[in-house]
Amino acid sequence: MSSANSVADKPDHDAHSEFGEEWHLAHHFHTPEQQFESGKMGIWLFLGTEILFFSGLFVAYALYRFNHPDLFEFASGYLDTTMGATNTVVLIFSSLTAAWAVRCAQLNQRKGLIIALAITLACAATFMVIKYIEYKHKIHIGLFPGAWSPTEMPDGSAFDPKVAPYNLSIFFGIYFCMTGLHGIHVLIGIGLITWLLIRSFKGEFTDKYFTPVDFVALYWHIVDVIWIFLFPLLYLIQG
Amino acid sequence: MATSQQGSSAQTELVDYQSDAGDHYLSASSGTGFKSWAFTLDHKRISLMYLAGLSFALALGGAFALALRTELLSGDGFFGWSNDTYNQMFTLHGAIMTFLFLIPGIPAGLGNFILPLMLGAKDVAFPRINLLSFYLWATGAVFFVATLLIGGLDTGWTFYTPYSIETQTAVMTATAGAFVLGFSSIFTGLNFIVTVHKMRSKGQGWFQMPLFVWSIYATGVIQILATPVLGITLLLLMAERLMQIGIFDPSLGGDPVLFQHFFWFYSHPAVYIMVLPAMGVASELFTTFSRKHIFGYGFIAMSSLAIAFLGFIVWGHHMFTSGQTPIASTVFSFITFSVAIPSAIKVFNWLATLYKGSISLESPMCYALSFMGLFLIGGLTGLFCATTSTDIHLHDTYFIVAHFHYVMVGGTLVAFLGALHYWWPKISGRMYNEFWGKVSAILVFIGFNVTFFPQFVMGSRGMPRRYHHYIEEAYQSFHVASTIGAYILGVALVIVLVNLVGSIKRGRRAPANPWGATTLEWKTQSPPIHHNFHEEPDVPAIYEYENTVYNREIGGFVDRKVVKGA
Amino acid sequence: MNPLFFASDGTYWFAPPGTEFAKEVIWTFNFILWVSIVFFVLIVGLCGYFVVKYRRRDGVDPEPSPHHSTLLEISWSIVPVILCMMMFWSGFKTYMKMTTPPANTYDIQVEAQKWSFGYTYPNGTFSKELHVPKGENIRLILNSKDVLHSFFIPDFGVKMDVVPGRFNTMWFNAPEVNEHIVFCAEYCGSDHSDMISKVVVQDRADFEAWLEEEGNYVDRMSPVEAGAYTYDIYGCSQCHSIDGSKGTGPSFKGVWTWGQSRALEGGDSVTVDENYIRESVLKPKAMIASGYEGVMPSFNGQLNDKKILALIAFLKDVNGVPQ
Repeated sequence: MSSANSVADKPDHDAHSEFGEEWHLAHHFHTPEQQFESGKMGIWLFLGTEILFFSGLFVAYALYRFNHPDLFEFASGYLDTTMGATNTVVLIFSSLTAAWAVRCAQLNQRKGLIIALAITLACAATFMVIKYIEYKHKIHIGLFPGAWSPTEMPDGSAFDPKVAPYNLSIFFGIYFCMTGLHGIHVLIGIGLITWLLIRSFKGEFTDKYFTPVDFVALYWHIVDVIWIFLFPLLYLIQG
Repeated sequence: MATSQQGSSAQTELVDYQSDAGDHYLSASSGTGFKSWAFTLDHKRISLMYLAGLSFALALGGAFALALRTELLSGDGFFGWSNDTYNQMFTLHGAIMTFLFLIPGIPAGLGNFILPLMLGAKDVAFPRINLLSFYLWATGAVFFVATLLIGGLDTGWTFYTPYSIETQTAVMTATAGAFVLGFSSIFTGLNFIVTVHKMRSKGQGWFQMPLFVWSIYATGVIQILATPVLGITLLLLMAERLMQIGIFDPSLGGDPVLFQHFFWFYSHPAVYIMVLPAMGVASELFTTFSRKHIFGYGFIAMSSLAIAFLGFIVWGHHMFTSGQTPIASTVFSFITFSVAIPSAIKVFNWLATLYKGSISLESPMCYALSFMGLFLIGGLTGLFCATTSTDIHLHDTYFIVAHFHYVMVGGTLVAFLGALHYWWPKISGRMYNEFWGKVSAILVFIGFNVTFFPQFVMGSRGMPRRYHHYIEEAYQSFHVASTIGAYILGVALVIVLVNLVGSIKRGRRAPANPWGATTLEWKTQSPPIHHNFHEEPDVPAIYEYENTVYNREIGGFVDRKVVKGA
Repeated sequence: MNPLFFASDGTYWFAPPGTEFAKEVIWTFNFILWVSIVFFVLIVGLCGYFVVKYRRRDGVDPEPSPHHSTLLEISWSIVPVILCMMMFWSGFKTYMKMTTPPANTYDIQVEAQKWSFGYTYPNGTFSKELHVPKGENIRLILNSKDVLHSFFIPDFGVKMDVVPGRFNTMWFNAPEVNEHIVFCAEYCGSDHSDMISKVVVQDRADFEAWLEEEGNYVDRMSPVEAGAYTYDIYGCSQCHSIDGSKGTGPSFKGVWTWGQSRALEGGDSVTVDENYIRESVLKPKAMIASGYEGVMPSFNGQLNDKKILALIAFLKDVNGVPQ
């Protein structure tokens, strides 16, 4: 007799009850390890696509900087290196706290997890505030993408079209696209960390289940790494 | 209940996986209400929703095609459309067919159903993301329909700058749609890659996977590596229109040719997103209907990966006349020829699979043979386009139009139809009318060739593509033939639809394994239960056809299984 | 035309070639075509043969046969490699000639705009159809005013995109007196399919006569018409509007207030008359209208006095001043 349908298992949408503490095991996985490894591979692949997503901008940057080296050096002078550097430090620190949050989750330290996530969130918010101040100033002096020309030189004096290179908008087109897209990623990160924070208040993360903390932290590191490339490429290229 | 019989030998028994219990993924036990579909995480139901949507996209794109072909019956327009109407029609035909049908067609539509089954898995690795992919696809479709309603699109599906920056049509809506569809494609590819890596059943090594799985895997790699670049390109195009960032706009110092590089860096690999799964389907069909082990398994599997890799470094062959340096064109031409080799390897291996087989010409096999002939023409005419001097002449003429239709319609669409006929009994649990299945396959083949072969000749004679008006004495006879063919093709597709959909009511119940195939999706009932398999299947030696035996009573094949401990 | 699509002159894939390039392109095309036909017939023939010979028969099991052969795999990989390299080489040779113009070329500027091509010859003559002397090396310098176009002469086997913001070039040598069609091959918006032009290949003497004739359009037209034509073909419209709107330069409408003075950059002023216009065309930097930058190039050597007079007539007409 065939054993083909000897086990008539029902659709177990309510699979959690069967697995006790490992209630997050989805029905289609055999083991929590298989589930965790699948998730891990998935998130890494996703982060790979994120890098590729930005790669188009890096290529555009490289091409136009190669074609207009003076323009890039000159326009970079408009950027506030202090603010950029502060943001770099803020983000690197937040990556540390994000990694710390994962560690806390793995060790069942709920309080530590909440604190680490809260600091990460605060850093992310700080980053966006500084970015806002920078953007506001740029737009104020007319450094907006497109065919507008600014009202000031990088040193704050009145704009002199005879000295400034032609087509400054090329640099600022790329600047706003790169930092803007990165900013959107930071905003998404803020949303995700807030979500983690709410769940940790509810005590949902344990040493047996910390996958979301782990994955969001990985995402946050990528956001950080991208900024670490953006900062020198945009801010630190004056001769 | 399963029927089983004692085989002639004491060590084997015959197993039929079909069950009469009536419990399957579409039955009441799995839910029938709206929510049971809208929130389903079952890859099979998601696949069915895709198939419904894909049919809609194909019908819409096809209707545009027929309208275009009718308009082109005469040199100044059969209906007498305005030039703008014509331009919108060909743009929407191309954009809808490419983004809504060809790219998701086989992987997201059919792969979704078959891939987990072939791996003996209960579902894909991330069912929620799978559902998200579908809704992203649906959102993209809504964007395209909205584009149609709020002023159309007249950029061509390629969105070339600077025209796409300045035209007043709904470029933003269409780009947003393509952007969203890109993410649908990325998530599908990512999901399938992880599924192949992590969800194979016990004992199924990489080289015990069916070749269709290999092709879907290679497709997934392209989807996640190439599509993000399309995403950023479309974002930049939107930013260019909104804020004049000056990256692609020459009047602001930008470079329109850069857009072409970005665009083809995605869109050339995207051609392989369309055609690799089609090749995977062909591999399955040739071996099954020849009842012979696929010839050169390893070479076919690796050639999929080789095509996926090479597909990334040939994009410049779309730009021989763009003004890129002659060195770049020469290098791209050279590398492009290298893609011919893995493609040729596949064709020769399929041919060798037929040799000394036991060939039966059922509908899916008719489609497979048709695929072989059409894809061969599509591939061989690619050689004319890869060669620099001839491509300079042929670029942007109807020769190119014919070439890529041979690859994408003759290749992808024909393989899609073959796959649909092949797996339909599994998907629906019903057998369609075999006679009309064959008729449709033959009509598709005839209609297709009548439509597109004349286009090669008129292209090499100079007829540029995307032309509303043409010189009648030079080109009309080609256009008329082409239009007649398009109608034949249209009738054939209607026959397919009626035959398949009609079978749900009238068709006889499908056995578990109507074709005698050896891959895992046939080792469960038709249609499968919600969790696919009653128990995790033993991984068979695939493509060993002695292991399936025809049974006249059930009208299908049963498995010859070695009894453990005998 | 007959149903098999032979053209009336008996040709099939190509019309008779108009250049050496086209002949080489056709040779390479035919080489690839015949290789393709051989492979197509071989594969489809074997396919059909196998389908018949090994069709499924009741009760007959297929004979065992190998499902792997490294020797076969290698041979059917190597043979296409060799053939592909031959195709590549054949195309490459012609392509190199196409992209490397000889030193002694006759250069013609091609300006594409929606939806027409315009040609400017070395002596400044402008025309709407391309005339070239036969048997000479002609180089085209392609420039677009708006979007992408592509300059395609099917009979010559040459094609090159016309890209705004850069100059692409192409060259050819047409040995026979004839006329050939020119298509725009890159989609460029509404009237793309009506963007058609013509190449006329002439004997040197005929060509020169035509060039002379075409250049003297002033003699064939009324002064206002000739002025409007000048305004159009010399690109004045790029900077000077005729509806009063401000461009890079002052509009032609509003200039002509006869005898009145006009403020210049630097505080001077000038009286508007024929000489002022003539001066502005030939030495534009000498007198710059107030509120503008001196960016206009000189047309000395391109516009003779006849054309300038026509332009003045046009200016007066735009402003409704009696001639």
